[in-house]
Amino acid sequence: MTENLLFEIEIYRLYKEEVFLGNSVLEIENLRASFRIKGDYYAAVDGVSLTVHENEVVAIVGESGCGKSALALSIMGLHNLKTTKLEGQVNFQSQNLLSLSPAKLNKVRGKDIGMIFQDPMTALNPLATIGRQIEEPMDYHMKLSSAAKKKRTMDLLRRVGIKNEQRIYGQYPHELSGGMRQRVIIAIALACDPVLLIADEPTTALDVTIQAQIMDLLKELQNQIKSGIILITHDLGVVAEMADRVAVMYAGEVVEIAEVRELFMNPLHPYTRSLLNSIPSNMEAKAKLHVIEGIVPSIQNLDRIGCRFAPRVAWVPEEDHETNPQMHEVKPNHFVRCTCYKNFHFPEGRVGEKDYVAT
Amino acid sequence: MSLLKINDLKVHYPIRGGFFRGVVDHVKAVDGISFELQPGETYGLVGESGCGKTTTGRAIIGLNKATDGEILFEGTDLVKQKGSDRRKHVKDIQMIFQDPYSSLNVRKNILNIIAEPLRNFERMSPGEELKRVQALVDRVGLNPESIYKYPHQFSGGQRQRIGIARALTLNPKLIIADEPVSALDVSVQAQVLNFMQEIQKEYNLTYLFISHDLGIIKHMCDRIGIMYRGRFVEEGTAGDVYNNPQHLYTKRLIAAIPEMDPEKRFEKTHLRQSINEEYRTNYDNYFDKDGRMFDLKSISTTHSVALQ
Repeated sequence: MTENLLFEIEIYRLYKEEVFLGNSVLEIENLRASFRIKGDYYAAVDGVSLTVHENEVVAIVGESGCGKSALALSIMGLHNLKTTKLEGQVNFQSQNLLSLSPAKLNKVRGKDIGMIFQDPMTALNPLATIGRQIEEPMDYHMKLSSAAKKKRTMDLLRRVGIKNEQRIYGQYPHELSGGMRQRVIIAIALACDPVLLIADEPTTALDVTIQAQIMDLLKELQNQIKSGIILITHDLGVVAEMADRVAVMYAGEVVEIAEVRELFMNPLHPYTRSLLNSIPSNMEAKAKLHVIEGIVPSIQNLDRIGCRFAPRVAWVPEEDHETNPQMHEVKPNHFVRCTCYKNFHFPEGRVGEKDYVAT
Repeated sequence: MSLLKINDLKVHYPIRGGFFRGVVDHVKAVDGISFELQPGETYGLVGESGCGKTTTGRAIIGLNKATDGEILFEGTDLVKQKGSDRRKHVKDIQMIFQDPYSSLNVRKNILNIIAEPLRNFERMSPGEELKRVQALVDRVGLNPESIYKYPHQFSGGQRQRIGIARALTLNPKLIIADEPVSALDVSVQAQVLNFMQEIQKEYNLTYLFISHDLGIIKHMCDRIGIMYRGRFVEEGTAGDVYNNPQHLYTKRLIAAIPEMDPEKRFEKTHLRQSINEEYRTNYDNYFDKDGRMFDLKSISTTHSVALQ
């Protein structure tokens, strides 16, 4: 077993080197997604730039309300365009997805971009059989005979680890457990051989053991299909196990991007460090967990001038922050926003949060 | 003397069917579990969804009826007590619920929510009551003026602390915390967990902590019971269970915790694969022919495992 393990680690290293030479699948440039609230537009995703390469898992982490899902939905064009304004560029296969008409966009999403949704209980249509739901994207994007479709569906079900695919094919979602449903959703996302896969919290709604199974499945599939994956999650454990590169988001901005090992060994931005310190399994038993003061500001109340994390690290002197925070390349491929990471330390003896007062 | 002692607790739900809607079978949600809580300790009950951990908690506080067995709270069997006798004892047991969004009455303000237990159990003038509620609200870190606000005006973490304040009003001895942080964000989760540890010392509380998150259980609990299909699989101190798991199911649960060190991710995957392999080949050593767990056998003074 150890030999096998060493071999795999070697393969992993080799393919890692390839990744950085690999082609980019998706290039997001200065993406801004603003929602209309009472006549004014407020940006939930505020100038995000991100590149996803072939065969690479890019994780996007942050608390709820940081704009992770809004980013994913912008890429897929799933926002309501009447109340949303999208600016910037999402370059995918040499076209800007934001400028495409819905008809053209429909040719891309579901085919070249697959999406895995968070809640397997609500993402499936309760009135259609599993087979029907996996074949649906094939109807739109591929010209296949019904026999070929069925064969392909059976293959997909086997690939996502469902053993009795004949039976599952004709069953309805309510007959399956949560883990099985999530596997079906992954099969739907993979139906037309996507080049890019967006997984929005794929394991959050699942039990621990099922979560482990789904993570292992995604890792295995990633090695087979060679597509880029955007993994959106708030669980740093899932990130540590799955990601190649990590982007930490706060209040609509990316505050730190680094390779996964670098990020966990040498986290720099105060927000990243606070997140890592607030996880129970990372700390000594019974030790105090770090609490990030305050909450993520809502997009209307967000102060868009200066470092957006500053109000939550009030003990950091003002001159440590930049007036107009930029991304700095601290090490090759390790970017951090703002300069406040330089002298950042956790205050001694400050535990809990007594003066966290309702507003 | 132990504060709470559960002896062979069973909660079975009847399945009705047939011509006269007769009872044809039972769902054995909890099927013969025993454990003890010492005053001041935190006992963790872990398992996947559907393993009976919540049912156990609800049976202790009386939200579910126990089919069989004893629940000895300070020596009195709560299963046999009825009506007002039971009420006297149950006053000392309080519960923190999982979802802070649905466990607070949206039409009551915070004062009325927190004062409700006081109105049920204690005679207080409105002035005294207000003072008491304000002190509690202050203790859980909310602004004393916020008692006239309604639940929708608070964030998830604040609501959960209102739930905790409500549980604290009667100075209980035992608090049953049913997944108190699983609906919250990581940073808010840390806040609530820290706070629960603080008040445990201050009010000398005993916790029965129910969760599916092994990371949190490890962080919070002194002793842990692992449940599967309504039975105990393994019981022991946090060290026993995490460093020296004996039962296959425990090993499987622990292997499922995401690895925080990116360097070790392949080892973890292999560990999981080998455990799954063992699960397939050695199933019969761990479960009897009906797929039921064996009874617990102690292997050291603190550690017991369900093995043959």
